[in-house]
Amino acid sequence: MIPLSWFLIFSAALFAIGLFGVMSRKNTITILMSIELMLNAVNVNLLAFWSYLYGAQLDGLVFVAIVFAAAAAETAVGLALIISAYRRYQTVVADDLDLMKG
Amino acid sequence: MTPIQIVFIIIAAVTLGSALMVVSARRVMHSALWLVLTLLGVAILFALLDSRFFVVVQVIVYIGAIAILIIFAVMLTRHAMSDEGSPLNRYWWAGALVAAVFLASLIGILSTWGNFSTQVRTATQGGENLVTLGLSFVDPSGYLVPFEVASVMLLAALIGAVYVALERRGEKK
Repeated sequence: MIPLSWFLIFSAALFAIGLFGVMSRKNTITILMSIELMLNAVNVNLLAFWSYLYGAQLDGLVFVAIVFAAAAAETAVGLALIISAYRRYQTVVADDLDLMKG
Repeated sequence: MTPIQIVFIIIAAVTLGSALMVVSARRVMHSALWLVLTLLGVAILFALLDSRFFVVVQVIVYIGAIAILIIFAVMLTRHAMSDEGSPLNRYWWAGALVAAVFLASLIGILSTWGNFSTQVRTATQGGENLVTLGLSFVDPSGYLVPFEVASVMLLAALIGAVYVALERRGEKK
């Protein structure tokens, strides 16, 4: 059997990679992809806790389903914003989208 | 080492390696394709966690919809970035430092937890009970409200995305 710790370490590593991507990439689309990595890490974590500790309850599964819906909504709106910004400013580089810079 | 542990290690290594490629690939399109491999690896891990339903949902929603949407967005903004130069910004080392500290502290905190290396599973072997899950979504004393809120959120996201990305006449090209 696989210990629970393996899944937790895996999802912590996946989350850290996503965190690095969000903070370090220039391209906004890649930043969005890194957010997807972090959401996936959260889903692995939730399902691991469900499977090992709370298999009798449904709460873990419902939580994962809601995270899926939130991820789909987030991607749709995020990509729409990126395409809209690209159309207006011809750039998708996060550093160049500084209209609201103080 | 049982065979299932070896399978886990191989899948986890491939998934983490392709996740690293997502954040470090020079071309955005390559990042998107590595993302598909990462999502597939996560789907296999869902299968190892006895959750058949979410394996299917992961493949359909993430690979079938979200990854394809991202690839479309990459194609639409294709010439926005030249492929020369670093894909990372000036402060990437700070980002790497924060991520490494985060990872180390997360594992450090988790390892002090009593159930950290439990091997006993409480979930029934062979997948979750889908009938119970489906009924709980339409049960007012179950998860009816979160389910409906999620539906409204998806509708709002759909309308919002169309409104934001709509090309208006007279807009500066």
